[in-house]
Amino acid sequence: MAKTLFEKVWDAHIVHKIDDSTEVLYIDRHLVHEVTSPQAFAGLEKRGIEVFRTQNTVATPDHNVPTKDQHLPIQEELSRLQVAKLKYNCEKFGVQMFGLGHPNHGIVHIIGPELGITQPGMTIVCGDSHTSTHGAFGAIAFGIGTSQVESVLATQCLLLSKPKTMKIQIDGKLGKGVLSKDIILYIISKISSSGGTGYFVEYCGSAIESLSMEARMTVCNMSIEMGARGGMIAPDQTTFDYIEGREHAPKGENWGKAVAYWKSLKTDEGAKFDEELYINAEEIGPMVTYGTNPGMGVRVDNHIPTLENIEGENNRITFKKSLEYMGFNPGDNMIGKKIDWIFIGSCTNGRIEDLRIFADYVKGKKKAAHVNDLIVPGSKQVENQARAEGLDKIIEEAGFKFREPGCSACLAMNEDKVPKEQYSISTSNRNFEGRQGPGARTILASPLTVAAAAVNGYITNVAEEI
Amino acid sequence: MEKFQTLVSTAVPLQVEDVDTDQIIPARFLKATTRDGFGENLFRDWRYNPDGSLKEDFVLNNSKFSGDILVGGKNFGSGSSREHAAWAIRDFPFKVVVSSFFADIFKGNALNNGLLPVQVSESFLSKIFSAIEADPKTELKVDLENQTITLVSTREAECFEISDYKKVCLLNGYDDIDFIISKKAEILEFEKNQVKF
Ligand code: SF4
Repeated sequence: MAKTLFEKVWDAHIVHKIDDSTEVLYIDRHLVHEVTSPQAFAGLEKRGIEVFRTQNTVATPDHNVPTKDQHLPIQEELSRLQVAKLKYNCEKFGVQMFGLGHPNHGIVHIIGPELGITQPGMTIVCGDSHTSTHGAFGAIAFGIGTSQVESVLATQCLLLSKPKTMKIQIDGKLGKGVLSKDIILYIISKISSSGGTGYFVEYCGSAIESLSMEARMTVCNMSIEMGARGGMIAPDQTTFDYIEGREHAPKGENWGKAVAYWKSLKTDEGAKFDEELYINAEEIGPMVTYGTNPGMGVRVDNHIPTLENIEGENNRITFKKSLEYMGFNPGDNMIGKKIDWIFIGSCTNGRIEDLRIFADYVKGKKKAAHVNDLIVPGSKQVENQARAEGLDKIIEEAGFKFREPGCSACLAMNEDKVPKEQYSISTSNRNFEGRQGPGARTILASPLTVAAAAVNGYITNVAEEI
Repeated sequence: MEKFQTLVSTAVPLQVEDVDTDQIIPARFLKATTRDGFGENLFRDWRYNPDGSLKEDFVLNNSKFSGDILVGGKNFGSGSSREHAAWAIRDFPFKVVVSSFFADIFKGNALNNGLLPVQVSESFLSKIFSAIEADPKTELKVDLENQTITLVSTREAECFEISDYKKVCLLNGYDDIDFIISKKAEILEFEKNQVKF
């Protein structure tokens, strides 16, 4: 029977079938961080059991860590304790951990691909919803809660019900100044922040195939922002070229065998999806969000909708509440909105290509005087690569600071916070109320749109600038 | 995990859509290393002023409303995978959350913590909100065995879905991990046959 990519990978991991809707699935890779794991390790202690497969498990502290002076002890007490707890648990249970300052340290979803841990055809989980990032390699990757973290530590398995499948096909050529971040913000603005709930998405089409691995990761990363369990892209030569030679990539004769298997990981002709969506790449322009969920996005050259454009009384209530929080009016033009903060980073756009895009734009220009900046590489490797390419110099000459890796203002668990009622244009993935600090107002955009706002001090349409 | 059977209780109406997990429990309160005490910071920024005083217009602070059931608008629990959101609601304590639509990860996390997510139709949800608005003492009956939720005063009822497996777990207080551990031989067999590179 013709199968989708998702079904091929899922079926290859079934350990036990309970009934038609519930299965025990084997998990190939488990990424662990400090926030969602302590209670899971405590659960193992309570049961008196070990980590079942330490070799399938990798840990790193990322959510809580400062992005300055990482060689010094962490100032904030609770963060320091949580990071120390991860180290304690990893030592006790024999799990490999990349701590602060280690050349492999970074945001979990950045280091997995970087180290070649993430490979096509795998099942990958982490106690973090943006695990969907790894789907860019043709893996089934999704976020789990702490009870499930405990389950994977204890058994390398999860009890799951199989999601439905959705195909999102994007064909055509992307316009000037349009990046993969714009593709995903556009999709979410079309289907809403709950339109993908219950589904696992496969992205395909010529516009997706033309993307680099890093750009594909940005798309898959935000699958969760439309409610989907995850998103994936069939592996191709771009994927193989990215993986080859990385630390954990298959070597020698195994490489050939792996690639031969990976080539079989694509949706068969005639396979059925539960839902299909087709998009013409030319419809997509540089995007920004105006509200408090990622579905509230518009092309930057469009206006915020007016109340009449919003269907349903409850949606209108949410829309009004959201605009009130943001300090915007229905029908406002997004171009020209003043910006107080910029954030470059996160597992969505904290990779080397994102820094190159930012540096390339700001090169020889100056930061607008009133703008505050948080420029945070996604990992130590990204940081080191940026330094090797001189991007740190370009960034600093333009008046910005270049920081050390971590999640930073993506969720503001460390000291990198945006103050109340200030506007932050951010390459991260969530514009929820208070996400970047209590009362902070977040506008999501691509690294290029953020770079332009950083220099101009307000939102512009990059498509007209370059 | 505590067993769940039938519950009759008044409910707290939170008539907001797209309640994301960052609202349920903001990230800055995720630094604890145990599962306890999150109820205190449930809906922190909606419930408290920055100086720590209570925001009087928020439903959780309105003494008119009480009970073991939280009723929320569509798309409840979207966003981050933090199980702390389910812990905070359970710790408050609520035992049931009713909505017309739940985000996937939140639903799973709730079920793994003895917090029952009850998904009802849009129209039944509106009826519940109106009934509570008219009379905050309105009671709801949630019967897990028969998978029904009833407005006690009018006896209007609706069925809700839950997987057979999860229902057995909740009714008996079982967790997934014990079950999977009992399948260890199959896991080892699977590993033996798995192709590795
Ligand atoms: S960068 Fe943001 S979204 Fe990504 S793992 Fe960190 S906190 Fe989560």
